[in-house]
Amino acid sequence: MPLLSDAHLNKNVFDTDVEQVPIRQGYGEGLLLAGKRDARVVALCADLTGSTKTDLFAKEFPNRFVEMGIAEQSMASVASGMAAMGKIPFLASYAMFSPGRNWEQIRTTVCYNNVNVKIAGAHAGVSVGPDGGTHQAIEDIALMRAIPRMTVLVPCDSNEARKATLAAASHVGPVYIRLAREKTPVITTEDTPFEIGKAQLFFEPKKGVKKTVGIIASGSLMHHALVAAKDLEEEKIGVSVLNLATVKPLDEEGVLDFVKKHDVIVTVEEHQIAGGVGSAIAEFLSEKYPMPVHRIGVKDQFGQSGTPEELIAHYGMDIEGMKETIRQIKKEQTKNKKR
Amino acid sequence: MKHISDGDVHTIIQKANAIRRSVIEMLLEAGSGHTAGPLGMADIFALLYFHVLRHRPEDPEWPARDRLILSNGHICPVLYAAMAHAGYFSVSELKSLRKFGSRLQGHPHREWLPGIETSSGPLGSGLSQAVGMALSERMDRGVASDKYFYVIMGDGEMNAGQVWEAMMQAGKERLSNIIVIIDRNNIQIDGFTWDVMPLEPLFEKWESFNWHVQEVDGHNVQAMNEAIGEAQSAYGQPSVIIAHTVPGKGVEEFERDFSWHGKPPNAEEGKRALEELRTLGGKIINE
Repeated sequence: MPLLSDAHLNKNVFDTDVEQVPIRQGYGEGLLLAGKRDARVVALCADLTGSTKTDLFAKEFPNRFVEMGIAEQSMASVASGMAAMGKIPFLASYAMFSPGRNWEQIRTTVCYNNVNVKIAGAHAGVSVGPDGGTHQAIEDIALMRAIPRMTVLVPCDSNEARKATLAAASHVGPVYIRLAREKTPVITTEDTPFEIGKAQLFFEPKKGVKKTVGIIASGSLMHHALVAAKDLEEEKIGVSVLNLATVKPLDEEGVLDFVKKHDVIVTVEEHQIAGGVGSAIAEFLSEKYPMPVHRIGVKDQFGQSGTPEELIAHYGMDIEGMKETIRQIKKEQTKNKKR
Repeated sequence: MKHISDGDVHTIIQKANAIRRSVIEMLLEAGSGHTAGPLGMADIFALLYFHVLRHRPEDPEWPARDRLILSNGHICPVLYAAMAHAGYFSVSELKSLRKFGSRLQGHPHREWLPGIETSSGPLGSGLSQAVGMALSERMDRGVASDKYFYVIMGDGEMNAGQVWEAMMQAGKERLSNIIVIIDRNNIQIDGFTWDVMPLEPLFEKWESFNWHVQEVDGHNVQAMNEAIGEAQSAYGQPSVIIAHTVPGKGVEEFERDFSWHGKPPNAEEGKRALEELRTLGGKIINE
């Protein structure tokens, strides 16, 4: 059983007809649940209530919902003011606009001020598709990761997004939750544990295949990473997959434990390779356990129009792209050993 | 409106003079910081901290307190001085301004000094925070709330787009607990406001955003008190008071000169300023 049993993953995860739900749906459901559990939870949205799934909360709690209009900068500071009065505000927009446009307001009025505000950035990544590069936030993890006190969560499916949203509501302090637009295969289940700051092993090669490559993946590309790992097992390349749902604070112990069992690390994220998950891992390992790290992600480019599939493939982040990158790594490794 | 007697006015003028002297002493000691804004706003801060605000200096976290949000954080020397003279902390601590380890950061930090409602510096975000506070207050207490959210803002600050986002929302939401006081001193770092980015007709601009608007001489304590009273009772609208002030007010050498926006006096200038403040106390109410 290559899928790790204690992760309680969806048994149908490798089926071609695996159930698919947008990650942002989990945010909407989590926010509604958090609102039911805690009357201090309030929601703000900048004219994107439907597409960020904030509408689930807004319908149930109209008096605890604030329609901001297209005013992301003000939204971050309004949320700060609400938190100063004891509320737990969740603000949502597309990641391109929040935290894209309102970074300074998040830094000063939320994090520097140290107030309990949660920020959901929807439609992150190139998989936004036809809207094109203006709407594809691929720098948001870098922006949020750099601010002291900010916790950065990147859930891999709708179930994990729901749990991340609930965890953010009980966590005291600023949290960024990154969400994707497209329908995404359901990987985790009700029973999959979730804890802020804990990385989780999702997949290991079957017995008899030596563990060589360790994938550390966050967010929407997790399913691709799992399928790539499973396929490569057939080619006798042993690949494990670690789910890094919390990018900050980094689960240093969990990551160290994982990387020590592998020869090479490959990071996977729908984000610039600079400043995001790949950087976080490379920074950490270069100080604590130097070893080769290859980063799969967008390589200092902007997005563009296309279908999500076309774009993911174009930037080398599809299953084939990942497999090819890993095969090349393996080849290089064999060559180096022969020398 | 909270009634103000002639005796009260006299006391407030004296407090304003003490605040101005503290501001000069702090800036001299710090060797950096802003001069014009803090001196220009001393009368208004004295009125707020010694007459208007419902607060407890000995219990800065008192939940029922009014909130004072300093949006233009760079004039914090006047805030610190007013707080110290009101009893939040000792006047001697004022001399730690801008020094390593001081609670009196170069721009105010909420966590470092009890009684500061929000950290500010980057301009344009104070009104948004007041909107958030007033919305929360309405969610919790509805129209029964008697709390006020005072926002101090610079005129140059109104160049920032975020201010207009918040103005629109406060008007839409009819947040009548919000009272904005604009320090209309006509200067900003690069020059006079009409050269850098004209704001007029400022009264009409606020009015068209569904705000209750007043224009007042910011150095006339009696008139300012009346304007705040009217703002408190404005029905179904947030209020703004455009307070005309003289930058550097109280020290003739510094008055109306935009070059004093962001620099401190040197030892000689500081000495002359303190001498003038000590001897010309009566000059402050009206020229």
